Amino acid sequence: MDWIAHWFPLGWIHFLGGGVAIGLGVSLLFCLTGFIGGASTVYSAVWSYFSQWPHFQHPKFVSTRHWRLAYALGMIIGAVVFTFAVNRGEGFVTRVPAWQLLAGGVVGGFGARMGGGCTSGHGICGLGSLQLPSLLAVITFLVTAIVTAHIVRAYGGF
Amino acid sequence: MTKHVRTVPVLLSALLAGVLFGFGLAWSTMVQPEAILQFLLLQNMGLLLVMAGAACTVMLAYRLIPKVMRTPVFGLGWGVHPSHLKARTIIGSALFGVGWGLSGVCPGPAIAGLGVGNWPLIYVIVGILIGAWIEGRFFEKA
Repeated sequence: MDWIAHWFPLGWIHFLGGGVAIGLGVSLLFCLTGFIGGASTVYSAVWSYFSQWPHFQHPKFVSTRHWRLAYALGMIIGAVVFTFAVNRGEGFVTRVPAWQLLAGGVVGGFGARMGGGCTSGHGICGLGSLQLPSLLAVITFLVTAIVTAHIVRAYGGF
Repeated sequence: MTKHVRTVPVLLSALLAGVLFGFGLAWSTMVQPEAILQFLLLQNMGLLLVMAGAACTVMLAYRLIPKVMRTPVFGLGWGVHPSHLKARTIIGSALFGVGWGLSGVCPGPAIAGLGVGNWPLIYVIVGILIGAWIEGRFFEKA
């Protein structure tokens, strides 16, 4: 099975298993509360605490900000659980330079909010509900991300 | 639905769901920008399995759960992800991809990654907050 080693040089079980765990988290949220758990909305909802600008005071943020923060806190706890229960306390610190992280965050955060979702909102929740606009969104951001990563690497970035 | 969002069971539900989500993000190495960039540079197709595993699981849940339950356990109705076929969706997604390709970090893993000690992701969180603010302040109808 050479093609498995070629396309999945680091194995595949943790990818598929991790993906199913992510899906189970989103599914559990839906089952218990009926909410749709995309991640990028968390950030706009955080602004509803600090900005009086009408957009940030929209009910879609104000009425959901508490559970979204709980959801975000849970994500951190889940990663801590993985680190100590599965990974023998071994963490990970990225070597991607700060400027790429910050600039990527600004552009990506802007785009995710304008586009109505990110990898979880469109990629998981949107595809999970078979929405055509989400499929187009996913194809679009996969293409621009692949192109960007190649350009950055070619010009000496990480 | 607003009546219910402050209640303790809903918050605990979101917390528990987040724990599973974050566990999956850490296990699938999505909290490692290096792993995402490896995929975007087409050296490792693992991320496709992550997406497929997550999307298929959610697809089943979104279809089957409302058939066997009348309402969510602690909620009033079933939510729907709002997707619109508009220029904004495509332009925004294209920009999201540019940012994602630059940092190797999605909004969820930026948060979850703190749980594996990946502290530089704070730069991403600050960046996304800035980007979300600019978008909401200048590019949305009030």
